[in-house]
Amino acid sequence: MPSTTKSKHKKSSPAPKQTAFSSLNGVLKPDDYLKLYRFMLLMREFEETILKLYQQGKIVGGAYSGRGNEATAVGSTFALEKTDYLFPLHRDIGAHFVKGQTVRNMMLQHLGRAGSLTKGRDGTGHYADPKLRIYGNISHLGAMVPVACGVALASKLRKEKNVVMTYIGDGGASVGEVHEGLMMASTMRLPFVLIIENNQYAYSTPISKQFIVEKLSDRAIGYGIPGITVDGTDVLEVYRVCREAVERARKGEGPTIIESVTMRMAGHAAHDNAWYVPKLLLEQWKKKDPIGQFEKLLMDEGILTTQKKESMLAEMRSVLEAEAQYALEQPYPPGEQASEGVYAE
Amino acid sequence: MPKILTYIEAISEGLREEMRRDPSVFLLGEDIGTYGGAFKVTKGFFDEFGENRVIDTVLAEAAIIGAATGAAIAGMRPVAEMQFADFVTNGFNQIVNMTAKYHYRNFVPIPLVVRLPSGGGIRGGPFHSSNPEAWFVHTPGLKVVAPSTAYDAKGLIKSAVRDNNPVVYLEHKYLYRHIKGEVPDNDYTVPIGKADIKREGNDISVITYHTGVHWALEAAATLSNDGIEVEVIDLRTLLPLDRETILNSVKKTGKVLIVHEASLTGGIGGEIAAIISENAFEHLDAPIRRLASLDTLIPYAPTLEDYFLPNTQKVSDALRNLARY
Repeated sequence: MPSTTKSKHKKSSPAPKQTAFSSLNGVLKPDDYLKLYRFMLLMREFEETILKLYQQGKIVGGAYSGRGNEATAVGSTFALEKTDYLFPLHRDIGAHFVKGQTVRNMMLQHLGRAGSLTKGRDGTGHYADPKLRIYGNISHLGAMVPVACGVALASKLRKEKNVVMTYIGDGGASVGEVHEGLMMASTMRLPFVLIIENNQYAYSTPISKQFIVEKLSDRAIGYGIPGITVDGTDVLEVYRVCREAVERARKGEGPTIIESVTMRMAGHAAHDNAWYVPKLLLEQWKKKDPIGQFEKLLMDEGILTTQKKESMLAEMRSVLEAEAQYALEQPYPPGEQASEGVYAE
Repeated sequence: MPKILTYIEAISEGLREEMRRDPSVFLLGEDIGTYGGAFKVTKGFFDEFGENRVIDTVLAEAAIIGAATGAAIAGMRPVAEMQFADFVTNGFNQIVNMTAKYHYRNFVPIPLVVRLPSGGGIRGGPFHSSNPEAWFVHTPGLKVVAPSTAYDAKGLIKSAVRDNNPVVYLEHKYLYRHIKGEVPDNDYTVPIGKADIKREGNDISVITYHTGVHWALEAAATLSNDGIEVEVIDLRTLLPLDRETILNSVKKTGKVLIVHEASLTGGIGGEIAAIISENAFEHLDAPIRRLASLDTLIPYAPTLEDYFLPNTQKVSDALRNLARY
């Protein structure tokens, strides 16, 4: 689709992987590469576990898949400091883990148990964990953007130098609150990074029906802020552009929009087999699997071996199995708790 | 030395005192800074507190309420102004789905005040006159207050700022400069959730708030000349309702007129009537009556708006009918 607008801001074209890899030498240590890989793998394995529980009828509500989004969720959050604020979306399970969330808490949340962070009052990633500075989304996509801006405003007013990162999808980006939040963030130069996860589909609606600009990052022109489009399947590239945006925000230079282009490799949620997505499109994107690509790179670089991978996976799966079992054994909250806690003391 | 303040001056003074007391309190809204606010509630605030505490925002109500919610999450105490209560609809999703539902799910307090200049009688027409309280009363997680006097306006804005929950503060635009009252010099608050008996009487209870209090007090003075003693209950807080004060008054008088300026159908009067009939049915000597604005839009022409709104005469007529029952 032809673009009729041209950004005055610099956009990075996706760099070849080797370049991204070497350009991060000195920024990332070998151990960091393994961490990135591990978080992406954990995200996928966690979601596989949840899917199995869903198929067994053990998940209270829906089960969402971030398959294809691992590099975006993990690479972006990896650019944050502990004191920064994260407002993740439903396809960003890996982001929670990067920010320090435990498998146990995430499992309890999905199963609606008494011991979950929301005491069973909400599910999935819909929770806040102020200690870790994680503030999950609500179902109304886009609504989180102005709220994240408010946290960024507080950070700015208190001169704390903390950055706020949040996400929206290619569909959610159509919601008016996203625009309103960006208007506030840009005029006030808030320390704010918005990642638009363009995964080609909003439920069943393809991006051809969602927007007619060439890149969603072109919208940044309208706010007078930098807009960058990045290959969302390349964890190092995602990390690199997010790190730049976070640094800019921390220096007081205002917000950035990052469009991370990827593919939703499953349906909207577990009930949806995505029959409306052309098979060919999925096959093409399958070659760009974020984990597969990064795994090959790490093996080529000698950072990862098959043996190391297998032992990592085995350990992860045994932890996930044990944590699922633990969560299933926990009670639901007593019904009468429904009436408590509407108001703060 | 107590002083006489207008209703709007009382709101300003309450806000100013809270901002001096607590550095985490800040204001955000449209035209509230250098301009001092569309109604001048924040006149002079920008000079006293500066641009970081009196923040002029973009024209975007969802961003204002959303950002206020975010700042509250981060531990500040924002007071967000909607230029007119009518415009809160642009931020409805934020206040209903984000703000109100935050503590119950996350146990994170949201100490936020949303100020809504509401009400008719100012010839504002369909989009500058609304009384949207029922929407918010139907939203668990919010508190809703609606003062009728200068004393209550100041005391309630101070309580709202200090409360750890989101408070919708409905300030009636007609009362802004039509109502004056004595306000003490010392630091005082009016508790949220507590109604006030503005006039005592044994024959009929009027349960009301905002402009309705003044209509009822005028009507009560007239009826008193004819030996009918009316008790006027000013709710002051609409969520949570002060059931005890309502029921005690009804048990004393046995006759009830509920008055509000918001339209009748789905208004808070229906809820109050239900509470009374569920809890004090055996004390009633007459059917519960409601007087409210018509179930139409709020019209523009003076003749139409005057017909649309309740007033002192309509309250008097309704009370005389009840007295005869």
